[in-house]
Amino acid sequence: MSGQVETATMPNRRGSLTLTVGLVLVGLHVAVALLTLMWTPYDPTGMSGGRLEAPSLAHWAGTDRLGRDLFTQIMIGSRIALIVGFGAVAIAATIGVTLGVLSAFATRYLDDILAAAFDILIAFPTLLLAMLVVAATESASLFSATLALGIAISAIVARLTRILAKRILSMDYITAARTAGASWPSIVFRHLLPNIWPMLAVNFALQFGLAVIAEASLSYLGLGAPPPNASWGRLLQEAQGTVYTAPFGAIAPGIALVTLVIGMNLLADGLRDAGDPTRRGRQ
Amino acid sequence: MVLFILLRLLPGDPANSLISVGADEAQIAAARRQVGSDLPLAQQFLQFITSLARFDLGTSFISRTPVLPEIMDRLAVTLPLTVLSFLLALVIAVPLGILSAVKADRWYGAAISVVSQLGIAIPVFWVGILLVTLFAVNLRLFPSGGFPPRGWGAPVEALRTLFLPILTIAIVMSASLLRYVRSATQDVLGSDYLRTARALGAGFSEALVRHGIRNGAVPVMSILGIELATALLGAVVVERVFNLPGLGSMLLLAIEQRDYPNIQGVLFISTLLVLLIGFLADLGQRLVDPRLRESRGARS
Repeated sequence: MSGQVETATMPNRRGSLTLTVGLVLVGLHVAVALLTLMWTPYDPTGMSGGRLEAPSLAHWAGTDRLGRDLFTQIMIGSRIALIVGFGAVAIAATIGVTLGVLSAFATRYLDDILAAAFDILIAFPTLLLAMLVVAATESASLFSATLALGIAISAIVARLTRILAKRILSMDYITAARTAGASWPSIVFRHLLPNIWPMLAVNFALQFGLAVIAEASLSYLGLGAPPPNASWGRLLQEAQGTVYTAPFGAIAPGIALVTLVIGMNLLADGLRDAGDPTRRGRQ
Repeated sequence: MVLFILLRLLPGDPANSLISVGADEAQIAAARRQVGSDLPLAQQFLQFITSLARFDLGTSFISRTPVLPEIMDRLAVTLPLTVLSFLLALVIAVPLGILSAVKADRWYGAAISVVSQLGIAIPVFWVGILLVTLFAVNLRLFPSGGFPPRGWGAPVEALRTLFLPILTIAIVMSASLLRYVRSATQDVLGSDYLRTARALGAGFSEALVRHGIRNGAVPVMSILGIELATALLGAVVVERVFNLPGLGSMLLLAIEQRDYPNIQGVLFISTLLVLLIGFLADLGQRLVDPRLRESRGARS
């Protein structure tokens, strides 16, 4: 008897736990990122200690090969990662949702073409597409990396939007709204988007985490934001160069990255459990 | 076709990478003629398609060597790297995935799930760096990178240098693979046929082995194809970590140098390989599941 009750409530409790842990991890990064706008422990570009110092009370994560404080750079890395993540997801959402909705509304012929295009683009890994977009821009910058990831992810968002939208559009209440003479913008904004929004939000959170990893990979490959921006990927790439003399430098930036990505993944899982509109409606 | 559009979308005339700054009009025109970018787009596309059909991938702008032999050289590194990583990932992920589903109520079942959650949040290059720190710097068991100049002429050395890269890819790949194996096993465990088999007197593991694996393998196999393709195209990062002369580093260099024939060649060959992998995955599914074969036969 008690076992039954427990299994019935378990998903909810687990859902709220993952949501909480996710929120805490992501919130921590947001707080640190906001903090770096006003204050950092050391000047991020100035020398503040010896070269390649091991972690100590003065330098929590040690110093890099130019004697700059690594913890300061990792904190700024939070800001870079969040900017790129939010930026890329915002771009992907704008392009992807627009194309997806368009495709769902379009004539059969146009829909087929768009759907095939999404499928082909998805077959290429996000990182590879982003590399090609970066190659197309004249010089690597924070903006070009964000734009590249946004474009690369938009195909995934577009395909999901299209599938979700088609399902909603085939429902009776849409037919009812259409017969009642509702214009298509009103159908999109009043009926379609509010209904697919929860599923999209979950996907955005997942894509955010993937974008953070992909940005770090781009920076690691030297195709991301150029040096004054302390991206975690670039920190790790520099740390690899000195891995024989100072192996600690490769640990802290990676931990920062993984906590943000796990936070985002847990947030997505928690949102999926909590934001299910059918369940919410019943409460 | 998609490749052509993608490449032509890149701004800047490909001829620009052939000429030096301050070239005069005549030189520019000559360079454009050489790469064919003075022709109308439709004609460029036609040339592109016909030369691809003949497997003529042109010559590199930078090194002036033909593209295809260079790709073949580099595939000798990337293909074993991907395939061996994939096999290792399978060996890790399949038993652990089944175990974590069957023993979900035990601590190790849950622990496996948590570790795999961690695994999908870790960028592949960080795993590589950590493995280098552990095995190459601290334990000095394996080299931190590079590939023997004689290549597969020195098989033991080659395998030794490939060990850490293979482990790197396998760890990351098995994390995501494990999740699919786990959910496929859960589906099997909740299925009617398994309950029937047990009711007919089969032991739990016998029922799972005889009925579960075949059924569970079908959805996992389509994921396998995608994973293998991702590993192939994602080798670019791992090859950079371990300084391997593979297809990925060729692509990266070509992108940095705007070497269009090389970019195009690498993408073309990798697309072909990805299609081949997809075809094999499809074939594998048919082999495992006779129902797919029958439905196909009925249609044609």
